[in-house]
Amino acid sequence: MNVVILGCGRTGATLALELSSRGHKVTIIERNPESLRRLGKEYPCRIVLGNGLDEDVISKAGIEKADAFFAVTRGDNTNLMAAHVVRSKYKLDKVCVKVADPQRADAYRKMGLFCINASALLSGMCRHWLTDEPYLPINEYNILAPELKI
Amino acid sequence: MYVILIGGGNVGIQLAKRLIARGEEVIILEKDASTAGKLANMLGDEYVMHGDGCEIYTQGDAGFNRADVIVAVTGEDEDNFVVSQLAKEVWKIKRVIARVNDPSHEETFRQIGIDETVSATAIIYNLIVQQISSNDLVPVGALHRGNVEIVEIVLSARSPLVGKTMADMDLPDDSFVVYAVRDGQGMPITPETVLHADDMVVALVPLERADALREKLCG
Repeated sequence: MNVVILGCGRTGATLALELSSRGHKVTIIERNPESLRRLGKEYPCRIVLGNGLDEDVISKAGIEKADAFFAVTRGDNTNLMAAHVVRSKYKLDKVCVKVADPQRADAYRKMGLFCINASALLSGMCRHWLTDEPYLPINEYNILAPELKI
Repeated sequence: MYVILIGGGNVGIQLAKRLIARGEEVIILEKDASTAGKLANMLGDEYVMHGDGCEIYTQGDAGFNRADVIVAVTGEDEDNFVVSQLAKEVWKIKRVIARVNDPSHEETFRQIGIDETVSATAIIYNLIVQQISSNDLVPVGALHRGNVEIVEIVLSARSPLVGKTMADMDLPDDSFVVYAVRDGQGMPITPETVLHADDMVVALVPLERADALREKLCG
């Protein structure tokens, strides 16, 4: 599959390495050339340097022909806005957004966005590891467990 | 009216000062602790809250549930985007205004139903364009939702409109001259109004017909 990844942090780089090694065509968008060291000496994927909220940059990354888009920078808001642009302008449905703030992830999940919240995912898996229960599909963990009073 | 401003930069401070002077209930949310401290010294403790305005907890504490207007004026478009979208979707706030730093993001903000976007870059660009091409329409404001611009122009003696009544004017479709200022006096336009040289007229025009209107007014 053609995959575009926004952000070459730990998540983005690991994802790029893993998907590339399984034969997917990956393009990674990153603002800071320093961060590319996480990809090793020989880059396994295409690289586009620039701001992911700049439409020229997203287009240069080949978003028109992409099958999936991952927004995994460390900025929740950057990820959410980039995901909105990709979904609305390029009509791409398979969009995955990393959101660190559990409440924000929950709010956007209710708006129909697929948000991965690492804290919810990790704590859910730890819970099942603790009690030797079988692990669940990703979406079961992704939901904010106690309903938040605001 | 309860107004919550997100972002304690220059734009936020100036807005807060004016709204406070007008007697509105205002709070300004700033995520940087030291900036928030300085703001509190400047404006008064009751007007400043330290916290990340993109967090739903903080939004709840600030009173988003009873806010009349949310104004997102941080220097980062992505932050303004998320504040605005949460204000609309989670808190159902009717009036949300966002500062857009990069004009190419305006469309994105409009898509999520933001009532008004303010782009300093676009305003300054318009002013510069106005300075370098004389005899021009000055855009004084844009009603984005209808793609309509409010423009003003001082009529020169060569303008084909001088000496004509409103009824004689053959303006581009959907364009309206609504007001004129003559010798410092404002006057509403009626079909009988005759325009003079040096009148400053204010018109509403759809964006795509601004050039056609310019030709009509300037000759």
